[in-house]
Amino acid sequence: MPSATSIIVGASLAVAALVFGAQIYECIRHMRLGRPAGPFGNWPARLRCVVLLVLGQALLFRFPGTGTAHFFIFWGFVLLLPTIVQAIGEGLAPGFVLPFFATFGPLALLQDLIAAAVTVAVLYGLYYRLIVRPRRYEGSHHAEGVLVLCFILTIMLTLLGTNGLRQNLGTAHVAAGWQPLSAGAGRLLAGLSPGAQHIVERVLWWTHLGVVLVFLMLLPGGKHFHVVTSAFNVLLRRLEPRGRLAPSPTGAEGVQNIEQFTWRQMLDWYSCSECGRCQDVCPAYAAGTELSPKVLIMSLRRHLRERGRALLSRADGRRHEQRQAVLARRLVGDVISEPAVWACTTCHACDTECPLCVEHVQPIVDLRRGLLASGRTETRLSTALESLRRYGNSLGKSDRQRARWTTALDFRIKDIRREPAEVLWFVGDYASYSPTAAEATLAAARVLRAAQVDYGLLYDAERNAGNDVRRAGEEGLFELLRQKNTAAMSKCSFSRIVTTDPHTYNTLKNEYEWDGRAVVVEHFAEVIDRAIAAGSLRVRRLDRVVTYHDPCYLGRYNGVYEAPRRVLRAIGCTVVEMPRSGDRALCCGAGGGRIWMEETGTGERPAVARMREAASLAPKVSCFVVACPKDLTMYRDAVKTAQLEDAIAVKDLAELVAEAAGDGTEAPRA
Amino acid sequence: MSGEICVVAEVVRGELTEQTFVSLAAGRKLAGALGCRLAAVMLGADVAPLAAALGAADRVLAVEHPLLADFNPEAALLAAESAVRAAGARACIFCHTASGMDLACGVAHRLGAPVVACCRDFTAADGQARYVAVTCGGKIIVEGTLPGPVCVVTVMPGVLRAEQGRSDRTPPVERISPPAGMESVRTKFRGWIDPPAGDVDISRQNILVSVGRGIQKKENIALAERLAAALGGVVTGSRPIIDQGWLPPTRLVGKSGKQVRPRLYLAVGISGAPEHMEGVPAAELMIGINTDARAPIFDAAHYGATCDAVQLMPALAAALGK
Amino acid sequence: MNIVVPIKFVPDPVEDLQIDPSSGLLDRSFLRLIPSELDEHALEQALILKERHGGTVTVVACDTGDVDETLFTALARGADRAVKITGDDFQQGIGSRRMAAIIHAAISGEPCDLVLTGTQALDDMDGFVGALLAERMGVPYIGYVTKVEIAGNKAAVRKEYPGGLNAEIETALPAVLGIQAAEKPPRYVVTAKVMEAMKSRRIDEKPGEDPGEPFTFPDLRMALPEPARRAEMLDGSPAQVAQKIVALLRERGLVG
Repeated sequence: MPSATSIIVGASLAVAALVFGAQIYECIRHMRLGRPAGPFGNWPARLRCVVLLVLGQALLFRFPGTGTAHFFIFWGFVLLLPTIVQAIGEGLAPGFVLPFFATFGPLALLQDLIAAAVTVAVLYGLYYRLIVRPRRYEGSHHAEGVLVLCFILTIMLTLLGTNGLRQNLGTAHVAAGWQPLSAGAGRLLAGLSPGAQHIVERVLWWTHLGVVLVFLMLLPGGKHFHVVTSAFNVLLRRLEPRGRLAPSPTGAEGVQNIEQFTWRQMLDWYSCSECGRCQDVCPAYAAGTELSPKVLIMSLRRHLRERGRALLSRADGRRHEQRQAVLARRLVGDVISEPAVWACTTCHACDTECPLCVEHVQPIVDLRRGLLASGRTETRLSTALESLRRYGNSLGKSDRQRARWTTALDFRIKDIRREPAEVLWFVGDYASYSPTAAEATLAAARVLRAAQVDYGLLYDAERNAGNDVRRAGEEGLFELLRQKNTAAMSKCSFSRIVTTDPHTYNTLKNEYEWDGRAVVVEHFAEVIDRAIAAGSLRVRRLDRVVTYHDPCYLGRYNGVYEAPRRVLRAIGCTVVEMPRSGDRALCCGAGGGRIWMEETGTGERPAVARMREAASLAPKVSCFVVACPKDLTMYRDAVKTAQLEDAIAVKDLAELVAEAAGDGTEAPRA
Repeated sequence: MSGEICVVAEVVRGELTEQTFVSLAAGRKLAGALGCRLAAVMLGADVAPLAAALGAADRVLAVEHPLLADFNPEAALLAAESAVRAAGARACIFCHTASGMDLACGVAHRLGAPVVACCRDFTAADGQARYVAVTCGGKIIVEGTLPGPVCVVTVMPGVLRAEQGRSDRTPPVERISPPAGMESVRTKFRGWIDPPAGDVDISRQNILVSVGRGIQKKENIALAERLAAALGGVVTGSRPIIDQGWLPPTRLVGKSGKQVRPRLYLAVGISGAPEHMEGVPAAELMIGINTDARAPIFDAAHYGATCDAVQLMPALAAALGK
Repeated sequence: MNIVVPIKFVPDPVEDLQIDPSSGLLDRSFLRLIPSELDEHALEQALILKERHGGTVTVVACDTGDVDETLFTALARGADRAVKITGDDFQQGIGSRRMAAIIHAAISGEPCDLVLTGTQALDDMDGFVGALLAERMGVPYIGYVTKVEIAGNKAAVRKEYPGGLNAEIETALPAVLGIQAAEKPPRYVVTAKVMEAMKSRRIDEKPGEDPGEPFTFPDLRMALPEPARRAEMLDGSPAQVAQKIVALLRERGLVG
């Protein structure tokens, strides 16, 4: 005859399992509405990721305080899992003892210590949430966060308490020496009579089990679902190079309804823990636009649930109207605002920061594809796209004038369409046409020559490489540009490509197909780094104190951080790092086609904030060095807005190298 | 055939437009080159009050009809045709404006005459009349002998001084009966819509910093504002700037906007296309800033520079000590 | 409601224009032709009216060069039909007068309630296509239109005057309207849709009934304006130019 306890525990467990299971089932049903994903290969690499990011919690430590806390909470969860199994087992069958896991002393010690660590971590978490109140939690489900922390705290304290009391009552499964902290907790209550202690122990035990089961039921519905999904999310992460976007799940239409995303993307949204790390590093959010990568993912998750239910339900009568109302809600327009979709600079800071490998940039690009396909463009973007389609550049200038900048040189650059060269210099729109970037382009031409690089240009045959066209959502135009460039390049003889533009660099390297031809794509900094090291470019020391801004598409996307710094050191500059450097560098705001669009932010522009960051460095820097023509444009503008023109000069790497190489390669003082 | 030169006067809101006098000035030149008389064609409900101002012409040919009180393109076309036929014109001059352009081609077609559009001057050579016109946004100058025996021309706004089309004389007025068919015209004039009130009247400002496409981004308007403040003036713009909503329509300088005669007109990033230059018939000092040395703005400006507008504006504000 | 939108192709103002010394006229050999900007507005306005009132939009162009891409783009934007009028010497350029005659011949016999075209084009030298076409069709013409409302067989339009003044005029259809600006800027259509149109849609080709150039313009010569003919150019960096400007302003008492 099962005892009352067994029945209650059994029934509660069944209910909890059903509720939990039903929610999982619903999530799976919703994911099955999504487009196919995969194939997923390279399992060794995937498993390595899981070890590093899930077991090692590596990315979390980028925020050291909460990262450490979460490390312990995670491992606490893993190591204390047997105690939950034990508790349930005991509940169903009194006297149940989990073999090994409940009796192995060293494990019990580890569990004891970690339970304490988790308690401290949770208290720190509560302090962080309630007292520190960091900005990255803005928009997250705050109450849920606090509640779950309280749940975990309760589970820890009831565990320690129960163990401690069992030590006192002699019903523990291991010796007291193996549970020093629990035993300590027990000693606090040793003053009570055995009967009272037994009651307290029962209360704590039921509380423990009850909170666990309640947590279980709430788990799939909120941000703690990541507990279940995160390992899968990391395991199934995209292993393609960051700089290569995935094609649209629907082809030409882009994503206009949520079920047009892939199920893999949907899994991402279930894994989002609303930690806000992405939001913290997002330049669009900092600029006060409507975009928060975190809120985007949360909105997608919520809408998937809502629309998934509507799509799968068979509603009649009054419910039918409600169902229609839900189905009528537009993904971009009602759920996510259009300005939010356009505000993204595709800088990849969010994707880089996310500890769960959630992708934010890809869904935004998919949504942009959908907007453009349905005729919804951003105000100024259409002008740039028309210009790109007609002239192959976004500045409305004739393609025949693309190489006009070369007339200011006193030497002729090879026309690679007519004669072979070792290196093709793919110049790019801004470097070719923008008056602000002109001096830097000329400097680069002179420096490459001084470094004895055998290079040529495509002259008028060059078109915008398409990086930002693709990221603005015009996939068809990207393909057209790529095709034209590829056709032009296929007739030429070269083995390497160099560019001063990281956007060009990224797409040529990651998204162009070379048909078996061995082509190496490099940034100007990499070429000059090598030339200086090999002695083919002689430079003198400039003896300046500078700071270097990592371009998003060179640094974060393609991992080139050291080459430009080596070049700066080689020309005698002391490089002082800004607080946000390397893969934490703050985007200038021009990427993803943003330079073609209207500014919508209500706050300070990221480029201006960046200037202030540079100007407040110690030791004081005289020069803000960039390695991207768009950065040059944005920061030369920002330094004026910030009124720091007298304090700090914005220079392209090429200009400094030209100065250091001297002998007529120096750009004339304009 | 009297071989007259006819200038079709333009009336907007009950007033003769400035362009009418520019066209009369052009007409006088053309009449001189051809050795013809000059007639002004006036269409309206009651032309007497206005006809007196057309003394630069030798006579006024008036067509009066209630439907001509405000510009009704269909009715005006019928009336203009009948007047020009009655005159036996050698050449017929229309203003290259909203009303003139509605009529020029219709009259030309009915007379079986060619159209020479966008004229800016007439001269005489070997007893022939020659015209100078512009095309391709002012980037190309066209010259030729005025075709015969009859021809229709349109004259660009502001290309000659309106003073040369005014006179103290009172011309004789000859009334021509309105043509048949006026009553069955299918077009109706419904009313005027006034421009929005408020904001500054740029035509009364002495110093204007005018921006065009060359400033590239909306954000750079702020640079123009700073400069304008430093100079004690206001910011105006060309059509593309207003179309994009970077400045309100009250700040539009040009054909569809206001005509200004400031002491200083700083044209920043403006190419100087005719539609815009119509808005600046005179400026004491005009300085053009455009990276294209061939931009038409430099034909009208007193001084110019080919540096980047976005760099010049703050440099100038700084040089002014602000 | 059937709307016809004639599109004129004009020299691209972004390019440097050259004069052919042998003919004294525009050098057309390397000229790139683009659809007239105001004709694109006319097409946009036509598409807006179609969305509101139903009917068809037909785009018509003379084959003066590479017109196919523009016609396919028009189809991708929502036009129902594209007609390309072919002729032996069209590639040398067609004046407005001749173009109006050719287009009139091509569209007469087709149902047409409304013709929308740009009020003028960049290279109009001998007239404006819309006004000339209206004459041939024997229908009313109103130019400088920025707003069109259709009610039954009447069109109520807004005609733009200088200084922000506007007039409201009503006329009966069929009519020709010269568009100065569409209600909204011409819509962007993604390249994928244009490519799809190129694959799946057809351009109707029609041989042109061409009366030839009706008039001769004796002694026609073209020239480029001399660079900076009247302005005295100031050299130097923006900072240096700024100093020179300040000096000019001080000279004239425009600044203290």
